[in-house]
Amino acid sequence: MTLTITTQLDCKGLACPMPIVKTAQAMKTLRPGELIEVLATDRGALRDFVAWAKATGNRLVEQTEGDGVLRFVLEKKG
Amino acid sequence: MPARVVVLGGGVGGTLAANLISKELGAEAKVTVVDATGMHLYQPGFLYVALDQANARWLTRDERTLLRKQVDLVVDEAKTIDAAAQTVALARGGTLPYDYLVLATGSRLDRDAVPGYADTHDFYSLDGALRLREALRRFDGGRILLGVAGIPYKCPPAPVEFVLMAEEYLRKRGVRKNSSVTLLSPLNRAFTIESASKLVQPIFDRRGIGLTTFFNVESVDARARTVTSLEGETAEYDLLILVPPHKGAAVVMDSGLGDAGGWIPTDRNTLTHTAHERIFAIGDATDLPISKSGSTAHFEAPIVASRIASFIRGTAPKAAYGGRVMCFLETGGGRATSLRFDYAHPPIPPQPSRLWHWAKWIFNRAYWVTVPQGRVG
Repeated sequence: MTLTITTQLDCKGLACPMPIVKTAQAMKTLRPGELIEVLATDRGALRDFVAWAKATGNRLVEQTEGDGVLRFVLEKKG
Repeated sequence: MPARVVVLGGGVGGTLAANLISKELGAEAKVTVVDATGMHLYQPGFLYVALDQANARWLTRDERTLLRKQVDLVVDEAKTIDAAAQTVALARGGTLPYDYLVLATGSRLDRDAVPGYADTHDFYSLDGALRLREALRRFDGGRILLGVAGIPYKCPPAPVEFVLMAEEYLRKRGVRKNSSVTLLSPLNRAFTIESASKLVQPIFDRRGIGLTTFFNVESVDARARTVTSLEGETAEYDLLILVPPHKGAAVVMDSGLGDAGGWIPTDRNTLTHTAHERIFAIGDATDLPISKSGSTAHFEAPIVASRIASFIRGTAPKAAYGGRVMCFLETGGGRATSLRFDYAHPPIPPQPSRLWHWAKWIFNRAYWVTVPQGRVG
């Protein structure tokens, strides 16, 4: 299945907790069910995004890593 | 003719950099500091003023008295910088030409960015700290919330310090029993730095301080006395204290030298502007992913001073910034811990003790005769 990503957010080079804050801001502009792709380089994001998704009810759909870049795909909760 | 070095900003970083460049180069350089007020503010003191532990008079000094006599002080606002012409235009007219420019322009508070901010308090300016002090003196019980309304902000440990110290303050005033103190944290822990968070959490638990996680403040409803997060949560308050959103200086933004937030794109080691080799940036003004604190500016200033001295003398600059920062963190009860770290090494804070509390106290007292003159490394 190919995911249709509505919004992309580049948080590369940003330190914790900026990726979370930027994602929370961007999430406001999405409609329920839409997907956002977030790129980050801060390793702390690995744990933070899992916890954030759990706490906010938004779903962490995909999580990959390559060339030192962490990629998260989140779905806005309904 | 001596080389012209212009320093914008008379805070910790600007003052120290100007003094060090002047000391190192003597007659080889003419150093000029431009500062809008001519008054130096010791910002770490705001926290103590708000909590009625310090007198506001202690926090300000005439900038002139902190600068070497060979350093010129221009009390005026820098309006724009022309990086191609190497000049700075001043608000009252006139321009200052430079060979090297140090941007120590700090950060500005952007309270208007939060709807409903007027109903809140903060300790991020002297006026704010004095207003909060009055509100706390009148406070006779209820819910105190402390939230973060924008990142990055100055002094990352300050929200944690504030709730710990406020809880103690309420106990001393005898109103703790009918009060609650809660930190609204942008993350899933009390503090960005994990090791410090682990140290602080048991203290929160022991003293009954609340922690609400993933709460990035978006707006305040003064009538309903509620604060709402970007995540969609709402919390009720009786006294709301916010860390206001911060942005870079107007002169940086108006001159096209900053990013969208007004922070200066800065090389993490050389501290030069990434697009202009004769422009350096230190302290809050940079876009570096490290603490916005006086300590950061304090450790960066000697690097910039040394590199500028090398350029002026035509030698290869060697000094490089490794991301060194050192902060104290008050935990209340006359105890504190310390956070020392750099780009490569996260901090390992010691257990809170009286030693670090006194170290912070002595540092605060001795600040005026030590830091601006470069007497502590």
